[in-house]
Parts: sequence; C-alpha cells; structure tokens
Amino acid sequence: MIDCVENRLLTSRRGLLLGGASFAAWAYLPKFARAADGRDPRLIVVILRGALDGLSTVAPVGDPDYAGLHGAIALTADGAHPAIMLDTFFALHPAMPEFARMYRDRHAAVIHAVATPYRDRSHFDGQDVLESGYAGPGRVQSGWLNRALEALPRGERVSSALAVGPTTPLVLRGNAPTVGWAPVALPQADDDTAMRLVELYRHRDPALAAVLSQGLALEKAASGDDMKPKPGNAVAQMRQVARGAAKLMASDDGPRIAALAFDGWDTHANEGGPVGRLAFLLGGLDGALAEFESGLGERWRDTVVVVATEFGRTARINGTDGTDHGTGTIALLAGGAVKGGRVIADWPGLKPANLFEARDLKPTTDLRSVIKGVLQGQFGLSDRVLAETVFPDSASARPMKGLVA
Amino acid sequence: MARDSQAALVALNRFGFGARGGASGDLINAASDPRGFVKAELTRPNGVLLEAPGLQSAPQLGQAVFAYQDQVKQAREAAAKAGAPTEAPLQAPADQRPGPRRNLSLNAVATEIAGQMAEAKPGNNKPADNKPADNMAKPDTMQPNAAAPPAAKPAPQPLNVIQKTFRAEALARLQRATLVECGFTERLVVFWSNHFCISASKGELARIWAGAFEREAIRPHVLGRFADMLKAVEQHPAMLFFLDNQQSLGPDSRAGQNRKRGLNENLAREIMELHTLGVGGGYTQDDVTSLARIITGWTFAGRQGQLGAPGSFVFNVNAHQPGPQMLLGKTYEPTGLAQGEAALADIARHPSTASFIATKFVRHFVADDPPPALVARLRDVFIKTDGDLKALATALVDSDEAWKAPLTKMRSPYDFLVASGRLLARVPEDPGAYLNNLNLLGQPLWSPAGPNGFADTNAAWAAPEGIKLRLDIAAQMGARLGPNIDPLDLLEFAAADAASIETRRTIERAESRQQALALLLMSPEMQRR
Repeated sequence: MIDCVENRLLTSRRGLLLGGASFAAWAYLPKFARAADGRDPRLIVVILRGALDGLSTVAPVGDPDYAGLHGAIALTADGAHPAIMLDTFFALHPAMPEFARMYRDRHAAVIHAVATPYRDRSHFDGQDVLESGYAGPGRVQSGWLNRALEALPRGERVSSALAVGPTTPLVLRGNAPTVGWAPVALPQADDDTAMRLVELYRHRDPALAAVLSQGLALEKAASGDDMKPKPGNAVAQMRQVARGAAKLMASDDGPRIAALAFDGWDTHANEGGPVGRLAFLLGGLDGALAEFESGLGERWRDTVVVVATEFGRTARINGTDGTDHGTGTIALLAGGAVKGGRVIADWPGLKPANLFEARDLKPTTDLRSVIKGVLQGQFGLSDRVLAETVFPDSASARPMKGLVA
Repeated sequence: MARDSQAALVALNRFGFGARGGASGDLINAASDPRGFVKAELTRPNGVLLEAPGLQSAPQLGQAVFAYQDQVKQAREAAAKAGAPTEAPLQAPADQRPGPRRNLSLNAVATEIAGQMAEAKPGNNKPADNKPADNMAKPDTMQPNAAAPPAAKPAPQPLNVIQKTFRAEALARLQRATLVECGFTERLVVFWSNHFCISASKGELARIWAGAFEREAIRPHVLGRFADMLKAVEQHPAMLFFLDNQQSLGPDSRAGQNRKRGLNENLAREIMELHTLGVGGGYTQDDVTSLARIITGWTFAGRQGQLGAPGSFVFNVNAHQPGPQMLLGKTYEPTGLAQGEAALADIARHPSTASFIATKFVRHFVADDPPPALVARLRDVFIKTDGDLKALATALVDSDEAWKAPLTKMRSPYDFLVASGRLLARVPEDPGAYLNNLNLLGQPLWSPAGPNGFADTNAAWAAPEGIKLRLDIAAQMGARLGPNIDPLDLLEFAAADAASIETRRTIERAESRQQALALLLMSPEMQRR
C-alpha cells in the first residue's frame, strides 16, 4: 500500500503468500573481462534479518565452554538429533543436510567469528552497516553490492519483463539500476511479527489482543496448522523465492547478480536446539540453497551464494531459552565456484576473558574481507575499488584470498 | 507553553487524521495548543471545498455517462449486425498509461513455481477500479494456476470514463486528507458523507457521481447549516438515483395516471429514518407516505434533456402529486417544489433530528456509548443555533468529555490507511492501492452495503479477520517502505511521549526496520482514536 502490489485476492486471499522475502537483481548483464575463459559468474547475496545465532548454526562442539554457555539449546555430536561434524571441532546444525552435502563436495564454506565493523546491538543500525558497506551506522541510500555493480562494465539489459518489485534490499539499492520480482498477491505478516503484536496488545489493548489472536487462529485453521511446508509459512516462502530467483538467473538473458532478504532470525525466546524454531528457519535456508543449486543447473558451477547477517547473538543463553543481541557470528558461502569444504576461523575461544564484552563471540574476521574476497574472485574488482568505493574506508580489511575457485 | 502529548493525540487522532510525518511538526503544534490546533480549520469554511483540475459537475458527469452508454449500445448493435462478439468500445484517451509489459516466459516461470491455488477471480460485484497502481512499474502479480500455463492475457482494458472519474475523485479526496494539517474538517466531511451516504455500486450513474455528490452536496455545508445540507443532499441527482426517487410518481399526477404507476417511498423513508428524525423519532408510516407524495417530481433530467440539462436536478410537475399533504401533524399546501422544501426545512428543525444527529456525532468522535451529558449539550446547541454545524463542531471541541474520554474508538479502515499515509509523508499519486485495501478491509470507498452507511462502532472494525488483514497490509507497507524510514522517528512524529513504554519497546526491539514499521502502524496508538 501506499503503493503496494496489486491485490487480486478479493474472494480468497490465501494463494501465494510471501512474507519476509524479496528478490532484486541488477538490470544489466555485465560484460566480464573474464568471458575469455568461458565463465559466466553469478552472485547471490542472502541477508538474514534479525541476527543469526552462529553458535547454534555452526557449533564449536570442540570448545570446552560451548555446551555450558549454550545450555539447553546446545548442539551435540550425538543424541537423537546429532549435529553434522564439519571437522573435528565444528558441527553443522542437523536441519541443514543440503549445505552439509555441498560442504562435503567442497562447494560450501563457513567463515566463523565474523562481524561487520558495527559493535552495538541495534538491528536497524546493524543492518544498515551490513548492507551499506560503510564503517558505521548512518542513513545512506546505497549499498555495497550496488556500488560494486557500478564498477562493472554494463552489458545488455536483462529481460524487460522484470519490473521493479515491492522491495529492494538496501545492499542492492543505489545508482545502478535494479529490477525485482515478487511472486505475491498479498504477502502475509509473518508469525514473528504477529506474535510481537499480540504481546504488545496483551499489555496495552486486551480487546485487540483477543481479536487478533482469533484472526490468527482462523488463518491457521484455514491453512492447516502444521509444520509441513505450505504456501505462507516461512520455509515454503524461502524455497519459493529462491526457486524463482534461480530460474530467472539461469536463463541467458536473466540477471547475474541478485540479493534476497529473509526475516525472522531474532530468536530471543525458545530458540530451540536441534529441533524447534531456529531449526525450522535453518531448514528453510537449507532448502533455499538447494533450490539455487537445482534451479541454476549448469550455471551453479559459476555461482557463489553469500549468506550474511547483521551480528551474532549472546554466547550464553538467556532465561527464556533464547539468545540476545551479540556480535560475532558466521557467514556461509555456497556454490560451484566456492573453494569449499572448510571452516575458516581464527577461533577466539569462549572463555569469559575471550568473549567480546564478556558476553558475545569475539569477532576475529571482518565480514568485509570475506565479501571483498568473493567480489574479487568472481568479478575481478580491484583492491582499490573495493577499499574506496564498494566499502569506503576499509583498506584495513584486506580481501580474503582463495575463496573462489 | 506547556506541552501535552496526550492531548495532542486526542487532537490529531480523535478529531483529525493523525500526525503527518516529515517536517510537519504536527504533534508539537497540537501539543502546545490542542484545542486551538483543532479549531483552526473551523475558521476556514472555504477550505472544506474541494476543487481539482478535471473534476466536473454532476450534470457534466451525467452527460458523460449517457454518451458512454450510447457508445456501448452503438458498438453492440454494429457488432450484432456484423455477427461478431461484442466488446465495449475502447477509449484510448491521451492520459492512458500503458500497463506493465507482460512476458510470458517469466509468467510461466512464476506459474511453475507457484503453489497450488487456482487463480482467484475478483468478486463479480466488485468495482473495476482495482487496477494496479500503474505509477509504479512492477511485475504482474503472478497468480498460480496449476491447471494450465497462463494464456496470454489481453492487454488491460483502458479505463472507461466512469472508472476514470471515480479514481480521479478518490485521488482528490485522498490527497486532501493526506496534506491537510489537522484533518478535522476532512473528518467532518467523511462523517456527513457517510451519514447521507449513497452507494457507488448502485450503477454507472451512482459511480460517476459519488465524488461529485460529496463535493457539491456535503462539502459546502459541513461548516454551514444542517437544513441547507439536507436540501442539497435530497435534491442531488446522485441521491435521487440511489434511492429511486426518479421512479416515484404521484398516483394522481399526470404521469402517474398515464403510466398507471405510483409512489416509491424509498427516499422519503430514509430521509426520516436515516437522515433526520431517526428510528423512533416520532414519525409514522402515514408520514412516510405523505413525504413520499410531497417529493414526487424531484428527479434529474435524462439523456433527452426534455426537462432541463441532462443530469441536473429538476422538478417534474407532471410527476408531482397534486394537493395538500399532512406531515408530522402539519399541513403543507400544494406549492410544487416549495412544498417539499418547506417540509424538509421543518424536519431539519425537529427536536428528534437534533437528538439523532447529536447522538451520532458524539458516537463517531468520542465513544460507542456516547456520554449522555455531552449528547444533551450538543442537541441543545443544534436546536439553539438552528442546526449550525460549525457551532456543533465547536461545541464538541470545547467540551471536556471529548478530551477526557479514553481513546477507545477503532480507526476505520479509511482512517487507518490515511493516517498511515500521512505519517509516512506519502502523498498518493494513484488511488489504486487505497481502493484495493479499502475493498479488502470491508470499507469500499463510497460504497456501503446499505443506505445506513458504514458502521461506526468498534464491533464493526475490531473484528478478527479485519485486524489480521490490517496486519498483513501493515506488514506489506513495512516491507515496501520500512527500509527508508527510521521507525523511532516516526513514533516520535506519531505520539512522542504519549506512546506507551510497551509500544516504544516493541518498536525498538523489532528485528528489522520493516517489522518495526508494521508494528508501529498496528500499535494501539495508531489503531485507536
């Protein structure tokens, strides 16, 4: 509204629903200097909004302090839902078998104890820093990926049928023209937003709390309340957006560089361990990665998917079996062009003295180094362009070498 | 000057359309002089009038409909002669913007990846104004259709003159509501327009006239006299068409005798039941019949223009019931058009009318159960001033009850959407999204289900499905607009320190700007007035 997508679901609204996900892409097919060697590189950036718990996604099960800190939700290498050992020290969440397979095939990598330069704990500012590429918060209207596009030679326009979609993540906003696509009629608010609102109403407006709860229950009854992927739930939405994006990017005149955002990672309460809320979301992310792989087909070979989040979560769980806003976390890389099969980490340890501000995983790698390494490996951007234009004032964060095959 | 943010919320939300964002300073201005802020608009009666380039008078619009209908008819006849299927003639006006380009391969992709739902058809009785907002290029919203790949859809039909007019009228109203300072007079327009409602879904004339009716019969009198508004309304072609008075013939009139047809009491009944005296206001069925006789001949000139300019109000003496009539204990002599005008003037002055209007007025602005003392005071003002509506509005703002009563009223969908647009400082350039969302939320613009208008109580708007849909729409606004705003700044514009600590925390702790905006728009501070 206020200029939203058209809604044609006047008689039945429950069709294709899409909550916290969108897809946007560069409007041009870059002419790569590397076309000589037959590569046609593709880059997909996935932003996880809400701050992903890196310690629950890729767990340092070999760290003697991990189990105590993560308590009831800690992953273990044994038990009913064992985590998947990536090496002798790190284990992957069991909800991510597809990523585990890519990792085994050396087409996926983890970078651990990573963070943007942002050191406070506001989602809004943290996402601004993550997406803008600037060293600190402050409202800017362009993102690092868009500024990277501006440094690439512009080729033909991509399929003109792509029109500007409902949202373009900040990371891709800027002077370089973008296109978007969203397979939606009326996106529904996600469960997390609805629950927060019910909670607010419970305190301030009990009448509306009752009414909204009823409305949500009706919705559930109408769509069947179970955890099976179905249109409307987060997992189905993530897969669906990824599938659509992959299809578009696979075609010869489709976009080569795209960004998506998935919401819902702010797990303050009942985060769950090997099963539960985070597991459910990670399953969706894993499904999305699998959709990229199958949808891009032959093109997967030249693809890198970067998964990043604004900051991590506390090393110690809180009183409601969740985690609060933290600092260090993980970034994931997946794709045929990734030099994978590795967890890249300068592990800081989880002893109290080693934690950032005595509470968070200490970041030892600058996320900008990771992204610079990917941009350089895929598109050959120079150190200087990366340090001055794409990530201003970032000369100290050197591009990480050898991420791209 | 003392600042009172809570009073500012009352000023802006109870009386107005909510604080505007950006650099408006609305909340601060309202906080420093809440009553003065609201009353400032009452001193500018001309400010209530609405003129915009291209908006036409009811007769002009009536003629446009007649011409359009003739065109359709001719096209149909020509096609019938040629044995071809018929299509409405396409107008290709200069201002027609092309729709978004379609690309079948992309549609096929979307269809393939879509879920299992067959394409939803818009309800048959829905107006055809729900075009995508074509000022923003965007993808065709791809409806899955599991059964078959989507056939090439014909290009969207250009809007006909009726749809174009409806959208232009809607846009002018929305832009005014978005830009005006407090919005009290615009709220009064909406109140009176709903009190004397017509429905655009009655037919092509009603649809094209809906906006003109409000501009011509309601707006000039919102700060004027009730009796003048009543007369303007009951003589407006849109109302005469909506409640069938153009079909009502005096049984003993020349036309009634010739055609063996007679009264239609629809308008007469609603004048007394809904517009003036109210149910239990002391009228009988005989009074309804009498008033129906008195206003026979109140009609509008048709396409031939035999009685006057097509589409204009006329008094057709040949349809008028001759003779004196007894109404509410008083005899009205046969003075033609003046007979009905005298009757309306008396009904407007009736004490039942004063009570009915005062009750409805307080219910709308203050509480579902209107405080009796305040209703009594406003009734007395109405009587004493002979229905001076500016005095009525002033008395409401001057009352203590209106400032002390808790903000318990739910914003209607229209209030909610307009307040959101104001807070986001977005002046609509296309009414499509508003019209769609109003349809979705059960308040289609100028199209209530019955002559009693849209409900004005919380029971109507604080309903499970409605609130859930509001949340979906708020989430959609959040997704679209959230990245560009600072939600805490907006909270400052909307409520400042009158915001509850829980609302502030909820917004601060949202996991994204997008979510924060959705939660702000759904907060009690934005939903209640």
